[in-house]
Amino acid sequence: MKLDPKNTQRAAVAVLGSATLLTLTALIFIIVFVLEKGLPVLNWSFLTGAPQDMGRAGGIFPAIAGSVALTVLAVLLAAPLGVGTAVYLTEYTRESRLTAIIRFGADCLAGIPSIIFGLFGFILFVTILKMGWSLLAGGLTLALMILPTIIRTTEEAIKAVPLSYREVSYSLGATRWQTVYKVILPNALPGILTGVMLGVGRSLGETAAVIFTAGSSLRMPASIFDSVRTMAVHFYLLAREGISAENAYGTAAALIIAVLSVNLLAYWMMNRMVAKRT
Amino acid sequence: MDQKIEIKDLDLFYGSFQALKAVSMPVYDRQITALIGPSGCGKSTLLRCLNRMNDLISEVRITGRALLDGVNIYDRSTDVEGLRKRVGMVFQRPNPFPLPIYENVVYGLRVAGENDKKTLDQTAEKSLKAAWLWDQLKDKLHQPAISLPLDQQQRLCLARLLAVEPEVILMDEPCSSLDPIATAKVEELMLELKKDYTIVIVTHNMQQAARVSDFSGYMLLGEMIEFGETKTLFTNPSQKLTEDYITGRFG
Ligand SMILES: Nc1ncnc2c1ncn2[C@@H]1O[C@H](COP(=O)(O)OP(=O)(O)OP(=O)(O)O)[C@@H](O)[C@H]1O
Ligand SMILES: [Mg+2]
Repeated sequence: MKLDPKNTQRAAVAVLGSATLLTLTALIFIIVFVLEKGLPVLNWSFLTGAPQDMGRAGGIFPAIAGSVALTVLAVLLAAPLGVGTAVYLTEYTRESRLTAIIRFGADCLAGIPSIIFGLFGFILFVTILKMGWSLLAGGLTLALMILPTIIRTTEEAIKAVPLSYREVSYSLGATRWQTVYKVILPNALPGILTGVMLGVGRSLGETAAVIFTAGSSLRMPASIFDSVRTMAVHFYLLAREGISAENAYGTAAALIIAVLSVNLLAYWMMNRMVAKRT
Repeated sequence: MDQKIEIKDLDLFYGSFQALKAVSMPVYDRQITALIGPSGCGKSTLLRCLNRMNDLISEVRITGRALLDGVNIYDRSTDVEGLRKRVGMVFQRPNPFPLPIYENVVYGLRVAGENDKKTLDQTAEKSLKAAWLWDQLKDKLHQPAISLPLDQQQRLCLARLLAVEPEVILMDEPCSSLDPIATAKVEELMLELKKDYTIVIVTHNMQQAARVSDFSGYMLLGEMIEFGETKTLFTNPSQKLTEDYITGRFG
């Protein structure tokens, strides 16, 4: 039997279309499910209040603060390091066995389960370096966890900058570093931001590595040496220990809204940047 | 006539492939020198040797010398960034940065550390005038360069180069993406620029070489087959190979 190209075309559209539809449905289902259960709990005093009785009552403000502080710290540590490494690998070294090994290492690290990072962070930062369960130990651990992703996405973004931009820059007498910061980084910025946002998302949602390294204190942290509890950890403990299903969903809803708005913000920023540069 | 550049026995290898074979050639001051020859014969490679753009490609090995005002640019002590400011380049495809027109023109000044607004403004105006763009563009300096038509983009790239006040301008098939009218304009512009600059142009277009250049070099498979005054080379070549190419029997 000969396949009619028109029919195969129709079949392809149907298959690809339903795959997309399935993905979207799953996504919407999760969001609607969580919001439906959680939104009724969400109100101003829940978001700004201190938890009482282990979270059975009261709000989740310290957990929000913990999530923000830990994520910001992790990104502040990982972004410069990751972008720097990526620039070095792509612009300052020639392809060699060593760069291939570094790249392979980064890919492997990106695939390691987060609990392994948690264990490593616990042994190194919490115990050996005597940081205790703290924002700092947690931030360092999460930074290590998201570093490979930032390196690899930044590398891809840098490689996507047209070679002709580099050539022109060098031909006008620019040094390597001038070319990097005047031409390559600005043009790679939307891609770099994607990598950073992936890191933000992972940090916000992480539980295992955080419990091991930042602890789960419900008090407001006063310094980076204090233990914190993030929203994700709070949700996990409320649900796991059967403390309050209601407040667990409330926390989950707050977390989902946070992740969605961070992504929307990043999307908007990227569009603006791309629009400005063309 | 003074020699601005003198290429002496230049060999270039891409890995194990020899792309230039003992090329020797003069480039005369304030003259237009054309490089012609079939595709892949090494014209671009030779051109890019003159501002050391080939340094950017890994696995390139170069031996021999290229003297700029008597000084070998392949000396260890050469300041490569400084060299590239003296020997600038216009590329085959117009390649403005995705920046406003103004920022494109002053890019070279900015990387040279010039930040004085007045100097930048003056240079931008002077360079755009020299590239015959000022009248069209003076009111839209802050619009994106990418939105310009191709021929204006290419002359903007020239203006961007003129802003760093080079001594030599290398052009690699600068008109290949332009229509005949825009091409004629660039050629006319080249003849004007010749008063102040030494120009080396790679071209596929034999008529173009004949029209604009004073000297021509015919290359084949990495060798400089014949070099001489354009008049002579095109009407009375001394080499059989050159004659075959020029009369269109080959290439
Ligand atoms: N980066 C590179 N690595 C390896 N070989 C190269 C490289 N660039 C050019 N070559 C080879 O060197 C030879 C000369 O190339 P070049 O680009 O100088 O030719 P050309 O005369 O400019 O050709 P065209 O008219 O097509 O532009 C060609 O055989 C080409 O395949
Ligand atoms: Mg070429």
